[in-house]
Amino acid sequence: MAFLEINGLSKSFGGLRAVDNVSLSVEEGELVSLIGPNGAGKTTVFNLVTGIYPPSAGRVALDRQDITGLPTAQVAARGVARTFQQGRVFAGLSVADNVRVGAHVHLDAQRPGAGLVARLGPVGRVVAPWLRLPWEAALAVVQPPRVQGEETRLAEETRSILGIFGERLTPRWEDPALSLSYANRRRVEIARALALQPRLLLLDEPCAGMNPAETRELQDLIALIRREFGLTILLIEHKLDLVMQLSDRVIVLDHGAKIAEGTPAQVRHDPLVVEAYLGRAA
Amino acid sequence: MLDQVINGLVLGNIYVLLAVGMALIFSVANLVNFSKGSVFMIGAYVGWALISQLGWPLWAALLAAALGCGLLGVLIERVALRPLEGAPPIAPLLSTVAVAFILDNLGLLLFKPETRAFNAPLPTWRLAVGGVNVGLLDILIALISLGCIGGLYLFLYHTRLGSGVRAAAQDRDAALQMGVDVDQARSLVFGIASALAGIAGTLLGIYYNSVNPAMGFSAGLKGLIAALLGGITSLPAALVGGLLLGQIESLATAYIGLSYRNLAAFLVLVLILALRPEGLLGRAAQRGYEVTTGVFFSVGKPRRVPRSVLVGVVLAAVLLPLIPNSDYVVQVLFIGLVYALLALGLNLVAGAGQVSLGQAGLFAIGAYGSALLTAKAGLPFWIALPASAILAAILGVALAYPALRLRGNYLAIATLGLAEIVTQTILNWEGLTNGPLGLFGIPAPRLGGLLFVGARPYYYLALVLVAVSAWTLTRLGRSQLGRTLGAIREDELAAETYGIETGQYKALAFGLGAAVAAVGGALFAHSSTYISPDIFTPAISVLVLTMVILGGLGSVPGVVASAVLLIALPEVARPVADARWLLYGVLLLLLVRFRPQGLLGREPKQSLSRGQTNVGVKSPEPGLGTQPEFAGTQGK
Amino acid sequence: MLSLHNINAFYGPIQALFDVSLEVRQGEIVCLLGGNASGKSTTMKTILGLVKPRGGQVVLDGEDITSLATPQRVRRGLASVPEARRIFPRMTVRENLLMGAYTRRDKAIGDDLARVLDLFPRLKERLGQSGGTLSGGEQQMLALGRALMSRPRLICMDEPSMGLAPKLVQQSFELIQQVNAQGVTIFVVEQNAQVALSIAHRGYVLQNGAMALSGPAQELLHNPDIRRVYLGEVAA
Ligand SMILES: Nc1ncnc2c1ncn2[C@@H]1O[C@H](COP(=O)(O)OP(=O)(O)OP(=O)(O)O)[C@@H](O)[C@H]1O
Ligand SMILES: Nc1ncnc2c1ncn2[C@@H]1O[C@H](COP(=O)(O)OP(=O)(O)OP(=O)(O)O)[C@@H](O)[C@H]1O
Ligand SMILES: [Mg+2]
Ligand SMILES: [Mg+2]
Repeated sequence: MAFLEINGLSKSFGGLRAVDNVSLSVEEGELVSLIGPNGAGKTTVFNLVTGIYPPSAGRVALDRQDITGLPTAQVAARGVARTFQQGRVFAGLSVADNVRVGAHVHLDAQRPGAGLVARLGPVGRVVAPWLRLPWEAALAVVQPPRVQGEETRLAEETRSILGIFGERLTPRWEDPALSLSYANRRRVEIARALALQPRLLLLDEPCAGMNPAETRELQDLIALIRREFGLTILLIEHKLDLVMQLSDRVIVLDHGAKIAEGTPAQVRHDPLVVEAYLGRAA
Repeated sequence: MLDQVINGLVLGNIYVLLAVGMALIFSVANLVNFSKGSVFMIGAYVGWALISQLGWPLWAALLAAALGCGLLGVLIERVALRPLEGAPPIAPLLSTVAVAFILDNLGLLLFKPETRAFNAPLPTWRLAVGGVNVGLLDILIALISLGCIGGLYLFLYHTRLGSGVRAAAQDRDAALQMGVDVDQARSLVFGIASALAGIAGTLLGIYYNSVNPAMGFSAGLKGLIAALLGGITSLPAALVGGLLLGQIESLATAYIGLSYRNLAAFLVLVLILALRPEGLLGRAAQRGYEVTTGVFFSVGKPRRVPRSVLVGVVLAAVLLPLIPNSDYVVQVLFIGLVYALLALGLNLVAGAGQVSLGQAGLFAIGAYGSALLTAKAGLPFWIALPASAILAAILGVALAYPALRLRGNYLAIATLGLAEIVTQTILNWEGLTNGPLGLFGIPAPRLGGLLFVGARPYYYLALVLVAVSAWTLTRLGRSQLGRTLGAIREDELAAETYGIETGQYKALAFGLGAAVAAVGGALFAHSSTYISPDIFTPAISVLVLTMVILGGLGSVPGVVASAVLLIALPEVARPVADARWLLYGVLLLLLVRFRPQGLLGREPKQSLSRGQTNVGVKSPEPGLGTQPEFAGTQGK
Repeated sequence: MLSLHNINAFYGPIQALFDVSLEVRQGEIVCLLGGNASGKSTTMKTILGLVKPRGGQVVLDGEDITSLATPQRVRRGLASVPEARRIFPRMTVRENLLMGAYTRRDKAIGDDLARVLDLFPRLKERLGQSGGTLSGGEQQMLALGRALMSRPRLICMDEPSMGLAPKLVQQSFELIQQVNAQGVTIFVVEQNAQVALSIAHRGYVLQNGAMALSGPAQELLHNPDIRRVYLGEVAA
């Protein structure tokens, strides 16, 4: 079974079938791109995987475990990070704090027992947080050495993640995220996603608003993080050059349904894809 | 029964008028307008003066009240709101609180506090429908409110200006780019809403045959509840909400008793909001699409206070009571510190983006908790104090839990309702709390062999507790937990996507905040030795929210300073006697005007509507210390 | 028609534009290029009056409009496709489009609505859907259509092709040319330099908040140095 396994996934909004019986799988360490015309249902697939919407039908499994309909926060706790197409940084928090918040799920000195809670039964899951949270608050105030150590590590981690973006973000480290330009806010989102140390990374049009050189830069960056962190990535992007060069496989959606799947080269010349998505230039 | 229903319908129609105005202003300015009730009161007096005193006909008086209040509304917008362009979104709310203060106290000065008879020489013609009498006035009220709703509906959904008004509410900058004169639209809406309040005021005065200056606050509250019941952003919703509220009150009054009227109203409100957070007819926000960012609180980090200043202030606070004849000052400062605890509690909750108007309830829980534990259970104060804090934390979470799904204004009003439920419960649970008579003889604490007498020991205890709380909350704010709460404030959905269980963390903030506030309540109870339910009014909650905002949105020292300041100000203004609350309102208005970011908030470097900006706030040397980011391929 | 003279704009203490001047003549397509955070959007906002410059002038039709509020500028024939679309989320597609015609009083609004809907069949299918629930690309179409609804004389577009599928990118640039052929002047910020310059008459390049370069589009397009350094062309 593949690392991410989506089976017969559907989602309707009123009469509209935004996602229509889609099945796909992503192997561990693979980079798969999801492309398709506007309104094809790509973002909705992300929303279904991350539990933002409950699916109308179908299953989603991550690493052999069923995560269909799991609350959003718990999907993240299992190592799924995503960026948003419309760019949702924590506008009032500083750039660095945005990244630090991204690390939330794997802080165990500051959030004692959090990992445990997820493994409890339904009753325990309701009761345990009330015992855990006051403890977390106490640690936040007292800041024992273990917590301080983790804070220091977190600060280093944040610095190194922001460092990946060269000089683009580091000088703005302390500034609120809303004061960055559009494309830089999107870079903050990627940095935040990396801080989660994801096993599966969902990127929704990361290159929107970047010129060819900047796109190329981000492409190198994605390739780099893939190598360094061994990430599994599902990518939505309209910039074809990048898709063709980065992807192991490409899946094409149209009107909510999968119309093609294959290597970049295969997909590129598929007449259906050319017709629905690429237009005459391809 | 049918009589009650009719009665409720009439009352409901008046609430509808108020609710419509609230909904209108909310949907245009994204603002809960606290000055609404005061305009309503002025309207009632205008009506009273013209009809009862000068003998004008009803229609002319209604017209005059509408016109007068409409102009007043336009004036309020000009003076209190327009200068706040680009200020943090919470500043206008504070400004309307100030206006309410000014108008209410102006009313008090002009009209004197006593209730006056309002006799309208209406024909006493009545219509008998199936054994029930319907008066001309009842029909008139129904017609007027239906007419207003209809007219407004046509305006908002079928005129160009109306659509501009709606667009401005959803995205101000985008509306500007469509050519909508946003200022003008808001001014117009304030005028209309205030005119409606004027009409409603006159009608309610006639309905109850009386007017008094205090009628504004409860009327404003009722309008808000009605609007929320329905779902604040739509007109039909205001209609349903207003009528429903009228029914609830009328039936509760008839069948349970007058004192349960408000309790019933709030219980229904909280219940409905818990089940349908968007109100009965409100449309649920599309999850995942609407960014919830910074509805209320969103700023960069507040300004840091230099350590030397802090040490100086603490030292002065410690030495002050040693000055002879300072009893009175110490007493006032003690109350200021009690409020500082209430405000610190709220500050934590607000740091997670949650606006609560329920501090009065927590205040009461702390006060009654500690008083009962010492007076009735015989526990020593030093055990009762933390016990009541823990009790408040548990009750706070339990009560607020159903409300945690709510956002922004809904949460604010739901918490207001919860606080009301707390005080009403205290009022009606006579066996435990002594009901309206209150608790007497709350024992004074004892420290070693020392019994607390006079204000000084309480003052020092409060000082220590404020210092400890402030230190704790500051540490908390700088920790990962503080960031987590900040993330929830900025964008709940994105926070969840990063594994933050928003519900749990919000509850945590509520619990901790409740504990801090309850400590203030306990101190207050023991120092005054007597408490009764009528002390813990919604006005306290509004005042505490004011303190938090004025403090500088998240700044701990700022919140403490503004709490002490707002308590001390009226005392300083004592020489002007009657006008002192008026002066207080004016000062508050000026403070908001010139420091919209709060006492210790940062300069609003940028407006908070995502990415669009007001620039040129300050003018340091151009180019100095600016490091524009690297463009494109440079340096590669 | 429109010109900026020595604009200096600030966000608080931070200067975002340094002495920026540019000119857009009647009937032209002018494109503004530059890397991320170079100040493109700030320039756009200055033209629209959303950012008030601390120095310099904005001149429209020979008249200084630096202190004019945004709605007044719109009344004089400016329209915009804002960065990140800025659709009214709780208004329907239809209402959003009509908001574009807010300043118009004539009877032809209905015809224009029909014409815009013909340009974007997807929007026609979704007239009643609320704007906030549209997909990213659909919102971009809506933003374009909304700007056309005002029958503007000058449209300012901030990255109109952002989030559009390749097929639609071509179509939208063809559309821009068509609109221009009907006499509408166009000022466009674009990352897609190749396509943008190929339809533009002239271009400007911003770098670090200052104007680094300007010239006829063809010249910019064929200058290899410029292509490499400023347009982010990847050396093949
Ligand atoms: N909450 C919703 N209510 C109604 N329709 C919706 C909702 N969310 C999405 N849709 C519709 O479902 C379809 C798929 O949307 P989705 O956002 O997944 O598209 P996409 O493939 O990401 O497109 P794009 O490339 O333009 O971002 C669109 O037509 C959209 O209008
Ligand atoms: N609200 C704001 N507050 C403070 N600084 C800001 C604000 N908006 C933009 N800036 C700064 O101004 C500079 C120019 O930003 P601008 O948005 O104009 O860039 P841009 O060229 O449009 O970039 P992009 O390609 O990313 O959209 C950037 O350094 C940015 O950080
Ligand atoms: Mg999408
Ligand atoms: Mg930009």
